[in-house]
Amino acid sequence: MGVEVRVEGLTKSFGRANIWSDVTLTLPPGEISVLLGPSGTGKSVFLKTLIGLLKPDRGSIFIHETDLVRCSESRLYELRKLFGVLFQDGALFGSMTVYDNIAFPLREHTKLSEAAIRDIVMEKMHLVGLEGSEHKLPGEISGGMRKRAGLARAMVLEPEIILFDEPDSGLDPVRTAYLNQLIIDLNAQTDATFLIVTHDINSAQTVPDNIGMLYRRHLAMFGPREVLLTSDDPVVSQFLNGRRQGPIGMSEEKDSAQAEREMAEIPGELEGVPPLKPQLVPSPGLPERKAVARRQARVDAIMHTLPKAAQDAIRASREATAQAERRAGRTPVAAYPSGYADGPTERLNPVDGGEPPQPGRHRI
Amino acid sequence: MSAPTIVTRALTPVGKFFLLALEIARMTVKGPFQWREYIEQTWFVTKVSALPTALFTIPFGATIALLLAELTRQFGAQSQTGAGSVLAIVQQAAPIVTALLISGAGGSAVCADLGARTIREEIAAMEVLGISPIQRLVVPRVLAMATTAVVLNGLATVVGVAGGYYFNVVVQGGTPGAYIASFSAIAQVSDILVSELKAVLFGLAAGVVAAYRGLNPPPGAKGVGDAVNQAVVISFVLVFLINLVITALYLQIVPPKGS
Repeated sequence: MGVEVRVEGLTKSFGRANIWSDVTLTLPPGEISVLLGPSGTGKSVFLKTLIGLLKPDRGSIFIHETDLVRCSESRLYELRKLFGVLFQDGALFGSMTVYDNIAFPLREHTKLSEAAIRDIVMEKMHLVGLEGSEHKLPGEISGGMRKRAGLARAMVLEPEIILFDEPDSGLDPVRTAYLNQLIIDLNAQTDATFLIVTHDINSAQTVPDNIGMLYRRHLAMFGPREVLLTSDDPVVSQFLNGRRQGPIGMSEEKDSAQAEREMAEIPGELEGVPPLKPQLVPSPGLPERKAVARRQARVDAIMHTLPKAAQDAIRASREATAQAERRAGRTPVAAYPSGYADGPTERLNPVDGGEPPQPGRHRI
Repeated sequence: MSAPTIVTRALTPVGKFFLLALEIARMTVKGPFQWREYIEQTWFVTKVSALPTALFTIPFGATIALLLAELTRQFGAQSQTGAGSVLAIVQQAAPIVTALLISGAGGSAVCADLGARTIREEIAAMEVLGISPIQRLVVPRVLAMATTAVVLNGLATVVGVAGGYYFNVVVQGGTPGAYIASFSAIAQVSDILVSELKAVLFGLAAGVVAAYRGLNPPPGAKGVGDAVNQAVVISFVLVFLINLVITALYLQIVPPKGS
């Protein structure tokens, strides 16, 4: 199971420019969390702070009860081995082949024989659908392939936390959809804690268990995906609708005159957040995500604190997930409408419908 | 949080630079040493700077020879041209040519390489994988530059002296015997030793500057270009300063031959 990452009161500035302050959140173990935010709000900076590449001004990051910000250099290197990071362009070493890139962490950190390394590398390459590209150089493969190779390298040491820096940047919507499915599948197979930094709305709607949003140098929100996706906050609905009308401007803030002018361009009321999309489930043939049951228990415990709209959305998406699970040929152990404090008293009948999904691996 | 003052902002990079230099020294001692990378980098830096050094030294040696021949003729001491030319080349010209080429050709190549790796996030990826990029990439490059500097200095000395001889004897019609005799009358072994010592220091300094700028480029692809530019300018200034200090010390400490 993945580890919990607890961030408390994190503040970061570059010189005089404050990037964000007082960010407090907990990444629940094994769950997928997404950090959303307009460009330039310091999402990537947050990711780099989380792995200790940048030092925050204040605050703490706890992993296994060790504060990453204040621990010794050697402990930091030790803790970093728990992390796998997918950088924006894959960050492959340009002078090495794809195979050597993926084998690199194993050769550096383990005493495995070349044969054993070969087995692991081939398994990871199969996992991300890169068979046949092992002898190519990073410059000779496409951006999507570089990302997947970077993902294979990030996973080769079996990390407990995997961070994704804009996995969808530079990919077309179809490739993004495949990559999103791959992320869900990997989560089901590894049960590691995932954090995805993105500004792709579709990914944010369909992939995560939890969503946070950075805006105006603060963490505006962090919680179960349904909370943000049903929020009536004008910033959230502007962002999710991808429109100009709302508080977010071209540079971070805009003046009220401009806001009024833009509002006048559209007749009537602004629409709220888009309808909730169902969360992706693992491909057929894979196990259920263990995080789903844990998340359910966790969300049930805080259910009464959530807004009414979010509560309804959580129930609805549980039902949708259960149906999707059945379509994928699994029995959803965890999915039952909440409100039954003692667990499910009755199981809903399986819903038939939709084409049976094709077995087999997906490729980008 | 108080805003950093001008002094703090000006001194922070200097502090970071020395910190990097310390870290490089620590990692060199600590190991494990990356022999393969070191040999490859030495070959690479030598490849980009050897030919320019030779080409640079010939006109440089010739200029000194011409100037000295003219000067000594006015003093009526043509027979001493060899001595002057050799001293100038061994002690000053060769190390300075080395300094220019090691910073200009070698340092810029190293800085561009590290800078490109930094913006492609290769360096960050390496750190996240728990591998020190200093130990893995920077130490071999800095030591490769020091090694190459020594080799280049030797090359520049030979080419410079040969060039000086050619211009003095063949072009200006000087006496070969007088040239050689005055040369061995004044030159001493410590001249070439201190010249090589300078070369090592130039190589190290230019290497650390290239690494520092390469690892901390301004953002974007243009940033790497700017970083390379700055690395070359900073290392020029730095190596000339080192040259001044060592020359002054050498002249104070080691007595000239025959005095």
